[in-house]
Amino acid sequence: MGFVMTVNDLIKNTNFTVINPGNNLDISINKPFCCDLLSIAMSKAPANSAWITVMGNVNTLAVAVLVDVACIILADGVTLDLTAMEKAKQQDITVLQSSMPIFETALLVHELINA
Amino acid sequence: MSNTITLKYSVSSEDFTRAGEASSDVKSKLKKMNLPPEVIRKVAIAMYEGEINMVIHANGGEITVEISPTEIVIILDDIGPGIKDIEQAMTAGFSTAPDNIRSLGFGAGMGLPNMQKYSDEMSIKSTVGVGTTVTMKVYIK
Ligand SMILES: Nc1ncnc2c1ncn2[C@@H]1O[C@H](COP(=O)(O)OP(=O)(O)OP(=O)(O)O)[C@@H](O)[C@H]1O
Ligand SMILES: [Mg+2]
Repeated sequence: MGFVMTVNDLIKNTNFTVINPGNNLDISINKPFCCDLLSIAMSKAPANSAWITVMGNVNTLAVAVLVDVACIILADGVTLDLTAMEKAKQQDITVLQSSMPIFETALLVHELINA
Repeated sequence: MSNTITLKYSVSSEDFTRAGEASSDVKSKLKKMNLPPEVIRKVAIAMYEGEINMVIHANGGEITVEISPTEIVIILDDIGPGIKDIEQAMTAGFSTAPDNIRSLGFGAGMGLPNMQKYSDEMSIKSTVGVGTTVTMKVYIK
């Protein structure tokens, strides 16, 4: 195992906007994971992955917490709705935003991990 | 059965934004009990899917979780419309979720298959017009 990319490294990366910083910043991200359907994400999202999705509602946050992803990245400039924003703060979930589409966002995360 | 812990949650179908809170609470309690991460993950996934189904397909209900040294039993008891064809409901990809629910990310038709996959035992009893009771067990090895 060579380079380790933490949640904090992603937060500092200027390609991402921080929507909510969260509190588990030292977790190292093992891979990007892309899916918008919750029950598929539920069973397939690896723990400590960066979950890239365009669904910015509370249910995304609930699933993220239950399966222990390292952070959520909302692609395509999507943001959290108000209820979700509150929950993200309350539960200290890291939520970032990317203006790029899902694939490009995931590719960037992949490249950063494997740099 | 003095070493069995019983937790009860009432699940409301009104407050959609709170759906999943019972599962989160159970997850954090199991974590504090230092149960193996695989066991916690299985319970979290199976229970969340069941909890969400109670909210979106039924009219809410009650969840009972019994934690003993050897297994975790999750009983989801709803007051919803019941399931006419359980085999069809269990089929991967089958969903009757309406568009407004699909737009939130639900409706892949993978909830019941996930519950089956992540629990070690599962049974469904349903009466149309009355409600559905799903019982799941996750073994602690
Ligand atoms: N508690 C329930 N009461 C009544 N019908 C149910 C209940 N649970 C599931 N169903 C029916 O079974 C179908 C399949 O459920 P399942 O959880 O597999 O998929 P879904 O909820 O539609 O989508 P997903 O869970 O992937 O978001 C549902 O669409 C619904 O018609
Ligand atoms: Mg479901």
